[in-house]
Amino acid sequence: MSVEIKNISKSFGSFTALKDVNLRIETGELISLLGPSGSGKTTLLRIIAGMDIPDSNPGSQILFFDEDVVSMPVGKRHVGFVFQHYALFKHMTVFDNIAFGLRVRPRDKRPSKKEIQDRVRELLRLIQLEGFGDRFPTQLSGGQRQRVALARALAIEPRVLLLDEPFGALDAKVRQSLRQWLRRLHDELNTTTVLVTHDQEEALEVSDRVVVMNQAKIEQVGSPEQVFHNPTSEFVIDFLGNVNVFRGRVQDGKATWGAAREERGEESRGADASDSAKIYVRPHELAVDRNKLSDESIAARVQRINLAGAQAKVILSTAQYEEIRVDLPMERFQHLRLVPGDAVFVQPTNTRIFVPDYSI
Amino acid sequence: MFSNLKRQNRLPGFGLTIGYTLLYSSLILLIPLTALMLKSAATPWTELAATLTHPRVSSALRLTFGASFLAALINTLFGSIIAWSLVRYRFFGSRFFDAIVDLPFAMPTAVSGIALMAIYGPNGPVGSFLLPWGIQTSISFLGVLIALLFIGLPFVVRTMQPAIEELDAEMEQAAASLGASRWQTFTKVTFPSILPAMITGFTLAFARSLGEYGSVVYMSGNLPNKTEIISLVISNKIEESDIAGASAVAMVLLLATFASLMLVQGIQWIANKKTGRA
Repeated sequence: MSVEIKNISKSFGSFTALKDVNLRIETGELISLLGPSGSGKTTLLRIIAGMDIPDSNPGSQILFFDEDVVSMPVGKRHVGFVFQHYALFKHMTVFDNIAFGLRVRPRDKRPSKKEIQDRVRELLRLIQLEGFGDRFPTQLSGGQRQRVALARALAIEPRVLLLDEPFGALDAKVRQSLRQWLRRLHDELNTTTVLVTHDQEEALEVSDRVVVMNQAKIEQVGSPEQVFHNPTSEFVIDFLGNVNVFRGRVQDGKATWGAAREERGEESRGADASDSAKIYVRPHELAVDRNKLSDESIAARVQRINLAGAQAKVILSTAQYEEIRVDLPMERFQHLRLVPGDAVFVQPTNTRIFVPDYSI
Repeated sequence: MFSNLKRQNRLPGFGLTIGYTLLYSSLILLIPLTALMLKSAATPWTELAATLTHPRVSSALRLTFGASFLAALINTLFGSIIAWSLVRYRFFGSRFFDAIVDLPFAMPTAVSGIALMAIYGPNGPVGSFLLPWGIQTSISFLGVLIALLFIGLPFVVRTMQPAIEELDAEMEQAAASLGASRWQTFTKVTFPSILPAMITGFTLAFARSLGEYGSVVYMSGNLPNKTEIISLVISNKIEESDIAGASAVAMVLLLATFASLMLVQGIQWIANKKTGRA
């Protein structure tokens, strides 16, 4: 089901949680709302669910399949909501938890006992917890509890599935496997899913599209590849993975960083502030060599090496004691035979430049 | 097993503290209670039955149990509402009300009795107001009930507060998102979550009411066969040097209180098992 959010704002007292947000969620897609805490992503999710009510501005709408649901209470919206801390009914068994949404239906719409039983069985199989129906939530692990919470939400056949940092309270290993499982489940059930997360890896891995949020606004919407490789703002590049930030200068629409950087002395600082720019380079987009290859190369010294991983993570330090993080392919690293203290030259293979109020 | 425990326990002083605990609880609790049991066990069954079925005693037992049960029930209802308001809402004076709930705990019971008499007695503002309507707020069953309501309230409120604080707001939101109405959310989610605490509060208030003396004796007026409570019967029997009779009645009270407390333990055990706090 498609969900459309139009001109939605929300403030709690003097705090603005959402500022004029517009977003269209397509039928059948898995979309992530990604951002740091306080960016408004959970508020947006809760507004979609109907648990928070947006500020009443003219023109603000929430459309479920072109039907405005702004004033519709949460129970009528038919959304499946999964909380970070599960929010399972502690005094009920797993079975009763999952059956809850079916049992509270008005009598004329309530399925028969047999139908409820079949449906719960089916869901238990789906979440791979057959035979756990009689347990209480406290007798389950965190990952199992979250799967029960998901089954409970799915039992009402929701029009859209809303997940609020569902794996945030779980440990890394469980989180990884549940994330894959969620993606498979989404494809299998053909639902529309909105996932709130602050974990960029999670968002980039499972989503069809990622909505990067910051300070009550949407920074960028795009596929994981788009937001990772073509970020449209400093915030997005900074938030999605590690990045080195350099001060540089822009001349004739071209950025100079190496030489310009080194000659930047006390006397010249501030003189051409309008030309100054921030240059962002991802750790894997830097080339390291023992020889100076071009004018762009900067001299640096190897400070630390971390070999735990698919790539060698090398931290260089420049003459100005700035740290540069470089990810080198293992073969390249072995070829160079770097050890801490070695003098090297580093140059970017790809840069992104952001000039204040102006981006290239 | 003890030596095993001792070896594994890294905290020093296990032997000393456990010894102290056993000695202290024996001296203060177990030995007097055992003495009481032995005393009443020494009394022949027939005499015991005669004492308990004596009209004055049986009427006092009925009054005490009946009023205690009713008072605990009323307190559970209204005490829950008070606890709910104190936890969920911050209103002007809420801290003051929160503190005042403890008063019946802290006040000497005789003082409570006099204070209640001053209000509900025949000359008190409430008592004299209601009397012409045929409602006698003292020297009556109602008087006993009022006194027991007074002393039982903090037990309910103080047991309910943590349970209400622990309620997970997200649990209620989850219920709402699954289509439950407010009433369904309350009856199916909220109420079952606080029910164990409610039963515990009820039982504590009930157990306390059974043995209450100071605050009730003034309000009851102590009319034999009518408004005489069981604790007074016991003390009268002691004054009349009928130690055997007194301990027989005391035994009944003791067993009832003991049963109530066992019930509390049982409920908490079940609740903990379910919610995994054990």
